[in-house]
Amino acid sequence: MSAALLLDGGLALLVVAVALRSIAVGPAFAAVVGFVAFGLLLALAWVRLAAVDVALTEAAIGSGVTGAVLIAAAARLRPTEAGSAAERPGPGLRAATAALSVLVSLALAGLVLFPADPAPSLAPDAGAHLAALGVGNPVTAVLLAYRAMDTLLEKVVLLLALLGVWSLAQDTAWGGLPRPQCPSRAEGSLVLLARLLPPVGILVGVYVLWVGAVAPGGAFQGGAILAAMWILAMIAGLLDPPATGRRWVRRAVTVGPAVFMVVGVAGFALPGGFLSYPEGLAKPLIIAVEVVLTLSIAVILGLLVAGPPERKSP
Amino acid sequence: MSLLADVATVLLVVAGAVFFLAGTVGLLRFPDPLSRLHALTKADNLGLGLMVLGLLPQMGGLAAAVKLVAVWLLAQVAGATVTQLIARAVRHGGSGP
Repeated sequence: MSAALLLDGGLALLVVAVALRSIAVGPAFAAVVGFVAFGLLLALAWVRLAAVDVALTEAAIGSGVTGAVLIAAAARLRPTEAGSAAERPGPGLRAATAALSVLVSLALAGLVLFPADPAPSLAPDAGAHLAALGVGNPVTAVLLAYRAMDTLLEKVVLLLALLGVWSLAQDTAWGGLPRPQCPSRAEGSLVLLARLLPPVGILVGVYVLWVGAVAPGGAFQGGAILAAMWILAMIAGLLDPPATGRRWVRRAVTVGPAVFMVVGVAGFALPGGFLSYPEGLAKPLIIAVEVVLTLSIAVILGLLVAGPPERKSP
Repeated sequence: MSLLADVATVLLVVAGAVFFLAGTVGLLRFPDPLSRLHALTKADNLGLGLMVLGLLPQMGGLAAAVKLVAVWLLAQVAGATVTQLIARAVRHGGSGP
């Protein structure tokens, strides 16, 4: 019984316990707090599995930004929460949900506990062509070269999610200002944090983006950190969320997917296929795409947290 | 020299762990939110600080050591702010959720 096994076993049990608690606990706000803790523990588990890229994403997006969105949602739903708690789904629906969840869990457990022998792996292939791409981090190579199509679609989905949030606006408020994130009285210590942290956070975000070419990191993680700094400044009342109809907002949220798509289509002409990179230009192109994607991701995530526009911009 | 550094590491990390344990016990046992916050900040400030201090001799170079200290400072700033916010919320909204 090694210490590492004890640590991993304890971590696994803790993850399951926190997950169960955040489902079972009553009020939505407590459930969200449980969810955020769950995400951070899950990130630790990914670190223990040596998947640092996944851990960074889980901590930044799964726990951080999603947590902020859920907290905002829980705060907004609070007035109606008592009423909706009385509504419970029928026994049939609950039984079906439970059966489906158990089935999915069992199938996943089966896949993990009894893998095919030898377990299917593309890891050697992913590592074999890194030199041609000039990228040192195999995860970045997978995301932006081998499976670039998935990454492109993922960014489009993110854009669609933002459109979904915006479409909750009333007609008269379309293109207007989201609700200010700061309560009427700004908290002194929060304002101090929002002044101290962004210089450090922006540096870390840009570093995580840049280092993604050779080590764990990349556009999504860097973008999430930049978004967090923006959200912090909005919560502290130092910045107001921008009107969603502003030209720079529309340009910032679309420039990443647009550049990605242009590079992809250019692949038809030069190397001969959608999303394929010309010889020798792969690394500069990948970095250029990552930089604009980071900008778009940061702005989209910040606007997702800011919520739908609620009043016309003056 | 390295033995001395190792002994210092073990002593400081254990001392840090004691503060974390005490902070956790306080968090679970203290009766009201403000005392619980008080217990928690000891773990954040002293516990983490002692652990970072203890790990410093084990870091390979200056850069890694500076990163470790930066982590501690960032945790301090974030912890202090959140403590203030929770305490303010407790004072304005009763015992809170």
